[in-house]
Amino acid sequence: MNSADSVARKPMDLAQADVPRGEVHIVAERCKECSYCIVYCPEDVLVYTEETNAKGYHYPMIAEGKAEACVLCKFCDLICPELAIHTTDASDEAQGS
Amino acid sequence: MSTPQQDDFAVVHPFDHLMRADRLPHILCGGCGIGTVIHGYVRAVSESGVDPDRHVCVSGIGCSGRAAGYVNVDSYHSTHGRALPFALGIAVHNPELKVTVISGDGDLMAIGGNHFIHAARRNVNLNVICINNFNYGMTGGQVGPTTPIGAKGTTAPQGSIEHPFNLPYLAKACGASLVARWTILHVRQFTDAVLRSMDKDGFCFTEVLSPCPTSFGRRNKLGEGLDEVEMYRERCHIENGAQNLEELDIDIVDHEQPITVGNFVDIERSAFHA
Repeated sequence: MNSADSVARKPMDLAQADVPRGEVHIVAERCKECSYCIVYCPEDVLVYTEETNAKGYHYPMIAEGKAEACVLCKFCDLICPELAIHTTDASDEAQGS
Repeated sequence: MSTPQQDDFAVVHPFDHLMRADRLPHILCGGCGIGTVIHGYVRAVSESGVDPDRHVCVSGIGCSGRAAGYVNVDSYHSTHGRALPFALGIAVHNPELKVTVISGDGDLMAIGGNHFIHAARRNVNLNVICINNFNYGMTGGQVGPTTPIGAKGTTAPQGSIEHPFNLPYLAKACGASLVARWTILHVRQFTDAVLRSMDKDGFCFTEVLSPCPTSFGRRNKLGEGLDEVEMYRERCHIENGAQNLEELDIDIVDHEQPITVGNFVDIERSAFHA
């Protein structure tokens, strides 16, 4: 996370690269609105909901048009203090097996 | 998909079998980093390849002391400062067990400081995770042995005037086999450090800097948990194998000063076995 401010060079085989695809699962009742998952998502997949959970916190949801955007970096899962979010592999190979 | 992808409450997290999931959500404040450390620990347990029945988690008193109550391995919530002697007894009696101490800076370094230096000196086969939030969070934000000079607490409204412990330097000087310092943002790195500690025979120490938005963050105007983590992101400088541990004090007041994190020490030293 330290020096990722700019991308200096573009890989030559970017077009052929197989970008992983993930599916985000949210356990709304555990969320305490710390916003780590929303802020540190590299693809800005998550936004806050308008409604709140039973404890009064706005929990994350998939942003408009971002349903396919997760690249399975798993950082939202790793940093979540509440174990309220995780991702699963949604690539074609994982689905096909 | 515009509707919230809200799973049924019964749908669990992949690590729920390693947590006492019926107790979640835990009592810790929103933005507190202790939950991330517990999460990292259960991930390390899962990846260690060792049967969870052979893992033991011991904690002391304080917010971090709650860790033992949330993990679904054999766990002990010991008395204040005595997590280390308690864990030492377990580790020495049954060397087959992977004993991890998860506790806070106040518990391990203040009242438990004496136990810490002697457990490290003997090089007992323990894996110690010290969650450092720079103050006594649970009791209301009093100044502790890790509060940086100038940082405010309820017992130092003008700012602390004491020199704090530099925990990696202390651990190295006492003879720890493995010493690391990370923040909760370096979640992959600290989980790796904990995993290596589980493999290593000897006293392993990982300090994890964690935000405390309710006490320390509020009194020092660091903002929400996210703002404090963002401060770590801007100021942290990774230096694995750093030799100048005595210079790695943390300055919270001067935002120009870097905070050095990394895996500092990894040495072979004969461990204590009864």
